[in-house]
Amino acid sequence: MRPFDYHRAGGLAGAVRLVADGARPIAGGTNLLDLMKLEIEAPAALVDINRLPIDRIEESGDGLRIGALVTNSDCAADPRIRRDYPLLARAILAGATFQLRNKATTGGNLCQRTRCYYFYNVDQPCNKRAPGSGCGAIGGFNRIHAVLGTNQLCIATYPGDMAVALAALGARVEIASPEGGTRIIPVRDFHRLPGETPERDNVLEPGELITAVVLPAPAGGTQLYRKVRDRASYAFALVSIAAVVRMDGERIASATLAFGGLAHKPWHDPRIDAALAGQLPSDDLFDRAADLLLEDARVWGSNDFKVPLARRTLRAVLREATEIAA
Amino acid sequence: MQLSVNGERRDLGGDPRTTLLDFLRHSCGLTGTKKGCDHGQCGACTVLVNGIRINSCLTLAVMHEGDEVTTIEGLGTPADLHPLQAAFVAHDGYQCGYCTPGQICSAKGMIDEATRGWASFVSEDLSATPRLTREEIAERMSGNLCRCGAYPNIVDAILEVVEGAR
Repeated sequence: MRPFDYHRAGGLAGAVRLVADGARPIAGGTNLLDLMKLEIEAPAALVDINRLPIDRIEESGDGLRIGALVTNSDCAADPRIRRDYPLLARAILAGATFQLRNKATTGGNLCQRTRCYYFYNVDQPCNKRAPGSGCGAIGGFNRIHAVLGTNQLCIATYPGDMAVALAALGARVEIASPEGGTRIIPVRDFHRLPGETPERDNVLEPGELITAVVLPAPAGGTQLYRKVRDRASYAFALVSIAAVVRMDGERIASATLAFGGLAHKPWHDPRIDAALAGQLPSDDLFDRAADLLLEDARVWGSNDFKVPLARRTLRAVLREATEIAA
Repeated sequence: MQLSVNGERRDLGGDPRTTLLDFLRHSCGLTGTKKGCDHGQCGACTVLVNGIRINSCLTLAVMHEGDEVTTIEGLGTPADLHPLQAAFVAHDGYQCGYCTPGQICSAKGMIDEATRGWASFVSEDLSATPRLTREEIAERMSGNLCRCGAYPNIVDAILEVVEGAR
């Protein structure tokens, strides 16, 4: 690990000032310290934000405001989350291990970096780690890589589960800016596609700090998180689907779907939700939804299986959700 | 700057790069906590911080001022084994033993989490009090690898302690 200056933030304003001066915020540290040991990340300064008073879940309008320092474990265990946002609890419990979730925080988990093998191997090219060096995954091993929203610069995926559920639930991210203000953006717009700057995972600007995630009023309906992975526990998603489905008699009243493991961000396509709303559930309908999801999919050799896997997983999730909801 | 390790005050200081794991092993001389992968993948370094189990390799010692850390040395002694330690011996819950301190600290944290009502990925009902079945224990212990493959005996040992407490 490269040497760094360690600061402990006494208050939010001080923390934001240090971040604006170039310090990296550290909360749980489970991802950042791992990357620092490998010298993939080498910040000159860390600001420890663990003592900031943003570690509570509070009621906010009809919804909940989850402080950025609420651990994944505490979030999944919160009685209000378990009762009103079971999708979020299920997605969190599908990720990592208890030890990691006991440290990992809501804000930090949103900033989790990709698990692309080439990003992790400093002897390999990677435009995300070393812009301009190329993409080792294209033409290399790319079993875990993206099939949607890719380009020739980067085919990495966002690896998390929590954010996929937050995208389906329509949650928003609250961000403190160095000028002293706050901006609030939908989780669906927080992560980005690689574009010309794959080194940027999300839309955070220099000096900005996540302070909370805000959940809207409970969505009700049937909420499912289906994660397909290589092991039964403690593995990243190959494909995951977060679904909120409400029925009106025999018909689907509304469906909101988000997808993990397929892209550089949690994937949400409003056309899919629109295609399902008001329709009678059927495998034909579910296949049309999968057609919309996958019409622009591009495969890279060892991840070709993700296209049929996503289709089958979507069908299974929609079958289960509409049967339960009916 | 101080923290408490197994009830004893310890001074923090030195290089901020020091992980809690290296602090325990090198500064405190408590070598029960093991370094396996050093990347949060194997669980050999699991300790309890303020009663919560974490990977001590993925946190900096300096981040734990004022915290109370419990390692395997703080759970029991050779003359006075913790019930989990006694159960691991009785059920042969290891072969080489390298992962065992992490397994036992993890199991202690896991039992306390279940007592608090925390669900797991395999819990059918998110809000029900979890019952620690073999399946639940396997899921909740998935952050602790045993390369010798002593898993069935590890589950037996933990189950004995869980059922003894029922």
